[in-house]
Amino acid sequence: MTVSPVYLDNNATTRCDPEVVAAMLPFFTEQFGNASSMHAFGSEVGGAIAKARRALADLLGAEFDHEIVYTGGGTEADSTAILSALETQTGRTEIITSAVEHPAVLTLVAHLEKTGRAKVHVIPVDARGRLDIEAYARALSDKTAIVSIMWANNETGTIFPVEQLARMAHGVGALFHTDAVQVVGKIPMDLKNSAIDMLSLSGHKLHGPKGIGALYVRKGVRLRPLIRGGHQERGRRAGTENAPAIIGLGKAVELAAAHMAQEQTTVKALRDRLEAGLLQRIGNSFVTGDVENRLPNTCNIAFEYIEGEAILLLMNREGIAASSGSACTSGSLEPSHVLRAMNIPYTAAHGAIRFSFSRENSEGDVDRVLEAMPPIIEKLRDMSPFWRERDVHTAAFNPTYA
Amino acid sequence: MWEYSEKVKDYFFNPKNSGILEDADGVGDVGAISCGDALRLMIKVDQPTQTIIDAKFQTFGCGSAIASSSALTELIIGKTIEEAMGLTNQDIAEFLGGLPPEKMHCSVMGQEALHAAIANYRGEVWVDDHEEGALICKCFGIDEGMIERTVRTNGLTSIEEITNYTKAGGGCSTCAEGIEEVLARVNAEMVAEGALAADRAFVAGAAPLPVKEKKVVSVNAGANTSKPLTNLQKIRLIEETLESIRPSLQRDGGDCELVDVEGNRVMVKLTGACVGCHLSSATIEGVQARLVEALGMPLLVIPVTNVH
Ligand SMILES: Cc1ncc(COP(=O)(O)O)c(C=O)c1O
Ligand code: FES
Repeated sequence: MTVSPVYLDNNATTRCDPEVVAAMLPFFTEQFGNASSMHAFGSEVGGAIAKARRALADLLGAEFDHEIVYTGGGTEADSTAILSALETQTGRTEIITSAVEHPAVLTLVAHLEKTGRAKVHVIPVDARGRLDIEAYARALSDKTAIVSIMWANNETGTIFPVEQLARMAHGVGALFHTDAVQVVGKIPMDLKNSAIDMLSLSGHKLHGPKGIGALYVRKGVRLRPLIRGGHQERGRRAGTENAPAIIGLGKAVELAAAHMAQEQTTVKALRDRLEAGLLQRIGNSFVTGDVENRLPNTCNIAFEYIEGEAILLLMNREGIAASSGSACTSGSLEPSHVLRAMNIPYTAAHGAIRFSFSRENSEGDVDRVLEAMPPIIEKLRDMSPFWRERDVHTAAFNPTYA
Repeated sequence: MWEYSEKVKDYFFNPKNSGILEDADGVGDVGAISCGDALRLMIKVDQPTQTIIDAKFQTFGCGSAIASSSALTELIIGKTIEEAMGLTNQDIAEFLGGLPPEKMHCSVMGQEALHAAIANYRGEVWVDDHEEGALICKCFGIDEGMIERTVRTNGLTSIEEITNYTKAGGGCSTCAEGIEEVLARVNAEMVAEGALAADRAFVAGAAPLPVKEKKVVSVNAGANTSKPLTNLQKIRLIEETLESIRPSLQRDGGDCELVDVEGNRVMVKLTGACVGCHLSSATIEGVQARLVEALGMPLLVIPVTNVH
């Protein structure tokens, strides 16, 4: 393959920006000191970390730098927030979350419920992925320790009304946490004027390094550390700071702030052109999620009667990278919990493909995908026993077991 | 990304014999769109010699499902019906230079389709699986006969392997207990027949086998001896207990209804918030725990979905 690859899987992870890598490198070699040390090696690193923390607080619109607690990624930030709330909110034992959260939240709360440590309310979504606000209101009570609902969904891009949800949570004295891993750097934030108590983010989703993230903890919200030990991060996350990654994230955050407007203009325009073009060229396909209320970079299209892994393999051969909510790609046997929660019919859920853009994509990428997809879909539909019989397939295709 | 062999990739990218076989003598349909893969196999048979002279397939599924279907057609063309009946999923996997463990179910689907097509050719209705035992996994429609056959053909000794080969247990996983019972029984039979070393056999309730360690096999699968309740008492108690749980489910916008009771299997229908989310299995476990407590006997709560 001589043509350059087209990377449209930025919700999975992004390319570390070369400027980020450049900013990190000295902290592996020359400035390798431990930020806690008394000598000059340490204090230089400490200063660089403070600057990175300031940049991150600015991107979030946080009032104080010390509201940022660095973690080993988005997953750790989510775990820290939820487990901490169960400890600090004495007498409250319930967690409210949504059916479409990332496994970083869902797997944790399921485990907490299973081991008898919390009662969990999972709020359903409608066919467009929008939260059932009435069910949420009913679930809130003086037993609610914490609400954890994502700012935007990683598979469909659907944005939740977190500000409203946070105020409702405060109405019953509950804490509100949001997994904003897919949102930070794409949508401007102003947390100092927000009701959100805690917010998770992850470096590798905004052209920063992997394995670094942060939990924003509003001043005054009590936090019980997940990892205990030394006094790093003011005792809220022990362990020698991952200085190169923190500084890399600082650079990534500066770049994200500089390019923020581009997300809503250029990136969104690329996404919209791809989406309209695919729907126009390929029949029996539709967009999943809340189309009017989405991240500007994400588009999830279900191609009916074919299976996602097969689509991705053929796309990969054309040098195009995307991802699928299909069962087969993940190794789980059922299609994505997000699409199932939205009740997307099985005829389509297995063939859902997520295209996620970043500021590094170009018009040429969109052209390539628009050209490559129709024959791929056609080839697989040709092979599918359901395609030719799509209107009558229940009658004609009569499997012996199902 | 899966690690597919070159041959799997080749058969996926350039499948042989895909399409429709006009005037086929036998057609076998297996799988369903809800399960994520389905295969239609069409065969043409030369009557005097009982030889399969042509075969074509149509497949809805992942890369390895398509490759397995294509491999199947290549394997059976030129074989007599009798020879083809002897083909196993192992033959399909071997032909392809192996399949990732999680994808072995694709080869099993191939074997199933072949049996279905031959039955159709012979004018039989292909139902043998379903007569061989209870439906074990509701999520994927896998019954006892299918699990038993796959365990025997492939010498399986763990739940994970059964999930990889048949999908059973890969959804809500409430059928794990049922799978364990079948596996323990079949492994014990295989040991008795000399088809399996005693120290490799799965024993229900035992800790996973440490690699290469001798173990005394004491099969006590499904040890369910005392039966103090009559059927009617049992159903009443189940109903009462479910009624006491429902209010808390309804608060979450969900609900749980009793559909049927068969032996120690309690079929329930979950609606609303509980359905389709990963937590539905947590809900089921909760319901199951309450029922077991109330009845004082082992029970298996099985969600019956209306999606499938
Ligand atoms: C919404 C969401 N939350 C959490 C995570 C996990 O973040 P990390 O990979 O940094 O642990 C991801 C990324 O996969 C995500 O998309
Ligand atoms: S996984 Fe077997 S019944 Fe759900």
